[in-house]
Amino acid sequence: MKEIVCISGKGGTGKSSVVSALAWIAKENLVVADCDVDAADLHLIFSPEAKLSEDFYSGVKAVIDPAKCTGCGLCAEKCRFDAINPKDGVYEVSALDCEGCGFCYHICPTEAISLPQQLVGQCYTSDTRFKCSLVHAKLGIGADNSGKLVAKVKNEAKALARKEGKDFLLVDGSPGIGCPVISSLSGADIVLMVTEPSLSAQSDLARLWELIQKFQIPAACIINKADINPEISQTISSWLKQEGIRHLADLPYSSDFQIAITNGQSVTEQNNAKWQPIFFNIWESLKEIQ
Amino acid sequence: MRIAIASGKGGTGKTTLAVNLALKLAENHSTALMDLDVEEPNSGIFLSGKDIKSQKAVRMVPQWDQKSCSLCGKCPAHCRYNAVIRLGDYIMVLPELCHSCYACSELCPDNALPMQEQSLGNIRHLRSGNLDFVESRLDIGLEQASPLIGQALNYADAHFANHEYQILDSPPGTSCAMISATKTADFAILISEPTPFGLYDLSLAVETMRHLGKPFGVVVNRWGVGNSDILDYLEREKITLLAKIPHSREIAKSYSKGEVLYRSYREIDEALSKIIGHLEDIS
Amino acid sequence: MKIAFTASGEDWDATIDPRFGRTDYILVYDEDTDTLSCTDNRDIQQVAHGAGPKTSQLIFDLAPQILITGNGPGGNAAAILSKMNLKIYVGAGGMNIREAYQAFKNNQLKQGV
Repeated sequence: MKEIVCISGKGGTGKSSVVSALAWIAKENLVVADCDVDAADLHLIFSPEAKLSEDFYSGVKAVIDPAKCTGCGLCAEKCRFDAINPKDGVYEVSALDCEGCGFCYHICPTEAISLPQQLVGQCYTSDTRFKCSLVHAKLGIGADNSGKLVAKVKNEAKALARKEGKDFLLVDGSPGIGCPVISSLSGADIVLMVTEPSLSAQSDLARLWELIQKFQIPAACIINKADINPEISQTISSWLKQEGIRHLADLPYSSDFQIAITNGQSVTEQNNAKWQPIFFNIWESLKEIQ
Repeated sequence: MRIAIASGKGGTGKTTLAVNLALKLAENHSTALMDLDVEEPNSGIFLSGKDIKSQKAVRMVPQWDQKSCSLCGKCPAHCRYNAVIRLGDYIMVLPELCHSCYACSELCPDNALPMQEQSLGNIRHLRSGNLDFVESRLDIGLEQASPLIGQALNYADAHFANHEYQILDSPPGTSCAMISATKTADFAILISEPTPFGLYDLSLAVETMRHLGKPFGVVVNRWGVGNSDILDYLEREKITLLAKIPHSREIAKSYSKGEVLYRSYREIDEALSKIIGHLEDIS
Repeated sequence: MKIAFTASGEDWDATIDPRFGRTDYILVYDEDTDTLSCTDNRDIQQVAHGAGPKTSQLIFDLAPQILITGNGPGGNAAAILSKMNLKIYVGAGGMNIREAYQAFKNNQLKQGV
């Protein structure tokens, strides 16, 4: 089974549109994992119906047992996040401000503080209106994506792909260059970078490549909206060649993308004649990369 | 009055609104604009002014003092972020994972992990006419935005407490950083576009504001693309629609050149007047 | 010489886990005593951030001279592993432990950065 991870430095380059189009082309021979949990918008195109749902726990928050609290205030004094305040003679933790560092837990003289695991979201395995399954997650308010959640989504998707005998796992990866991206990338057989010809996207791409090189994963790239700045597109193209990144396609700017999204569709459905051959070729090229 | 401008996702026109609103308010009121999108502050593209102050922002991270360390091995257990690890005789600190909680440092029996300053980013203060503008920028490679956002807001508390308006350009999304930026605001303006993605992301931002107990209103940008589902949503949820800004290629083009929009486009000026009217009503 | 492998299972037939930080198991083959030991790393699933550093600490305690894996460690983990007397070999993804060991002996694996 081949794992293809699709990433872009920051949002807005059309990564989700590319992932949906490729999923549409690949029909039933894949499982799709949406690891871009902070902006999980694949579901608007896939219309998932959850078959399985699992609670996701991550991190802790401090809780003070008022029965054991003597009101000494040591915890409030030490807390760097101003999360502990007096209330009715004892002390109370504000969950919103608590960062779960556990300092108060260690120093409380009466062991009145506990650190319960936090339920921060849900991980779903769903049927979709495409021919493939979608594994995705939803986070609660203020909860941040993490390497742990990405790993969970990917693991569930991988297990499903193996169980159903699918040849491909297509991952919509996390943005940025931190833990969630590392977790998105690790284990990948192929990385597909989606970029656009702007100065900020270009510098994001370079930083991303620095990270990917550490993993030694074969890489490919698509330049989206390539015709809005042919000069920068050309610069990126030369750089790709120099770095040994397979330049799979230049996609022209098109209102089809916006219209398709508004209609909850992939561009390949919105304007089949134009986009089906383009994405078919991209998918075929990806399949051949070793 | 402190007003946060936020959105569920990037690219909906948050910075454009923050900049134009701040400039229009500054015509008649003392106003400060805080760019809190610390990973990529870009409101500076639209503004220029006189440098008032530029200061480095720092955060505290532990540093291992080998000479004092008795290798008791307690520190890894004190860190919930795996930022302190022990490799035999060697204690290694990973600053990128550190949350500056001071636990390992203060719980160390040998005082062998003293906290040291580490560069976090930069806070730059400019003045343009009646407008004070502060840009906060996170050092490249750092992931945690909240500490710098907190420091930028402290700067605002110290310098702009008597200003009539403080406008906060928040980071996009609904995670930690956006909450840090919006939780001290008196009112939040959520901006979104009338597409399915825009509506979905708006619903997340609305959920967040309600969780914080924050009064808010909505501005619909690029009205004309997509559909009117967003208006139905606002009516159902009894959310105040502050203004609609129409979509036009001209506006998009001017924006891409870094132009201030409300002076050239009446639709935008009118939308701002409506928003300001509402702010005056609630203050 | 002791050789560590990131693995998805507990014995020679297990597949190499291409990941480092979040690998399910670490297997160590001691060439001198011809023994294969297994450490269960699956608790790492509970770790939100810093999985690489945490697993690196485990590697330190196991003290191998060679580490064989699929993609290689990420930034933080790589920085930590470089402090150890350890050579890292990548490119073993898809193989089982036996095949990975052979590939290593035949100089078919790439040395990681």
